[in-house]
Amino acid sequence: MNDNILMMNGITKVYRMGTEEQVVLKQIDLYVKKGDFLAVLGPSGSGKSTLMNIIGCLDSPTSGNYVLSSKQINELKENELAVIRNKEIGFVFQQFQLLPRLSALQNVELPLVYAGIKEKERKMRAKDILSKVGLEDKLHHRPNQLSGGQQQRVAIARALVTEPSVLLADEPTGALDQKTGKQIMELFREINNEGKTIVMITHDQEIAKQANRIVHILDGQLREELAYV
Amino acid sequence: MFKENLKMAWMNVLNNKMRSALTIFGIVIGVGSIIALITIGKSSMSEMTSEFELFGADKISIQVVGTPLKQGLVESDILKLQEIENVAGVSPTLSGYATIVASGTEKTNVLVQGKNDVYFNKTMNLLDSGRGINRLDIESENNVTLIGSTISKEMFFGEDPIGKNIIIGGVSYKIIGTLSETNNYSGSSTNDSVIIPYTTSMDLLGTGYITSVDVYMNNALNSTQITDDIQAKLIEAFNGKKEAFTVMNMQDMLSSINNITNMLSFMLGGIGSIALFVGGIGIMNMMLVSVTERTAEIGLRKALGAEPRRIQQQFLLESVFLSLIGGIIGFFSGVFVAYIVCLIMSTSLILTPSTVLLALGFSAAVGILFGITPARKASKLHPIEALRSV
Repeated sequence: MNDNILMMNGITKVYRMGTEEQVVLKQIDLYVKKGDFLAVLGPSGSGKSTLMNIIGCLDSPTSGNYVLSSKQINELKENELAVIRNKEIGFVFQQFQLLPRLSALQNVELPLVYAGIKEKERKMRAKDILSKVGLEDKLHHRPNQLSGGQQQRVAIARALVTEPSVLLADEPTGALDQKTGKQIMELFREINNEGKTIVMITHDQEIAKQANRIVHILDGQLREELAYV
Repeated sequence: MFKENLKMAWMNVLNNKMRSALTIFGIVIGVGSIIALITIGKSSMSEMTSEFELFGADKISIQVVGTPLKQGLVESDILKLQEIENVAGVSPTLSGYATIVASGTEKTNVLVQGKNDVYFNKTMNLLDSGRGINRLDIESENNVTLIGSTISKEMFFGEDPIGKNIIIGGVSYKIIGTLSETNNYSGSSTNDSVIIPYTTSMDLLGTGYITSVDVYMNNALNSTQITDDIQAKLIEAFNGKKEAFTVMNMQDMLSSINNITNMLSFMLGGIGSIALFVGGIGIMNMMLVSVTERTAEIGLRKALGAEPRRIQQQFLLESVFLSLIGGIIGFFSGVFVAYIVCLIMSTSLILTPSTVLLALGFSAAVGILFGITPARKASKLHPIEALRSV
């Protein structure tokens, strides 16, 4: 059990809208081992975005226990959560979420800025990781000068640059064409093969199949897909 | 981290060039008008003050109306005033009008002033040439005179009047000096008048009563005490009739002028402050729009590990940046406007370090004051809400 990098026990999320209560996540238990590649598969409205937000420490559960990298997350304050997001989680979003005015290099540097790393080391690390995703010749391009696939590679580089314990991807191929999406998935596989833990949220069965393990989420409840365990 | 935030703030200011320029313009107008008004105020006031100081800050003026029995002060009263402690000298003035004749030219209704040696010792820049009236002239009631610049030009054009004779009220006087040309607003003009020893003038003007006296002090700091003493002496001289005279302390006048100028400066500054306030609202408006526009960016930054205070700092820096740029441009344009106005008013421009600090301080304060709300708003955005707003 100690090789679990991520442990969730009885995570429940309730949204209150006036007098109405909406239970989005019901008593979720989730364990992710170090080096795992997990896909959380579910249709829209299933609660998978909420689950991702909680895994990503962007949101806190109404009740339940969440341990990430041996840290008790559900007791942390806003500032401490910011540090966890910076150090432990690498986000990859569907819409890439690159800052349009910054170059690829500067975008990748951004998390290191918040980690308080000096400029020289920042540049070095960002360059290294960008060449790892195959963009060593696009360092000074702005996002609008890059293709969708290249933009997502920049975003993946940005997610990896702080060497987080978990790479958290939300529909990473959702905004890409099939061919580019496939390439990105290959990159994910590669990263996973190097030992990085990946949690990927998707509604796409085909994409989910690229993972080592799939959990289904429906109406706020998780079900393991036994075939992949 | 601060350096990074500074860089980002600068980039964002540059990114919205038009909007930033307009917002900065609001601050430029505010700071510029404050600086211009204060500088113009200070410059013209210092001109006025120095004008008054020239008139004599160490001087107490006595104007005598007199009583039916005693229409003015007599020589013995003057001597009593001289005995007051810390009095450096007393300068009485008798004045009247007479016809003067010289070089075959006649001039009627010329102001004749009887003065003494103290007046010449204590008044700066009085003489253009020659000498003033001395004690011997007073004691021996010499028929000597000093003539104003206009008279000098009219009656002795192209020649040196000193040593020549001039007929004043039918009596011949020897010219011992000429008076410097004075401009009108520094008190009564002497350009069109002649000055003779006051002892001599008593005969000429046919009166022994002195209606105007200037008392010079050793030290202007004792002015209140000396004013009191003078009043006591004068009450004695006029048998307790206070309404027979007025005593004007230049120091008091100067300080009341200073009060007025300070009030004026405050008022002008107040008008500029309103402009600056409006400029500040402009900054706040721009920053609020900016926060809304960049909600997704804020969310992303938070997701990447930016703590709320970092976000706050970034937005606050941006608004301080805008207002400081506005402050600096405003300062220079304000000084420029003041310079033009001073040029037109032909006064010298007075620029104090406090004015510079005021401009920078005000603009920085406006940036913080009006930037804090948008910055806090940005820092409090929930990362999920922020990310969702793509």
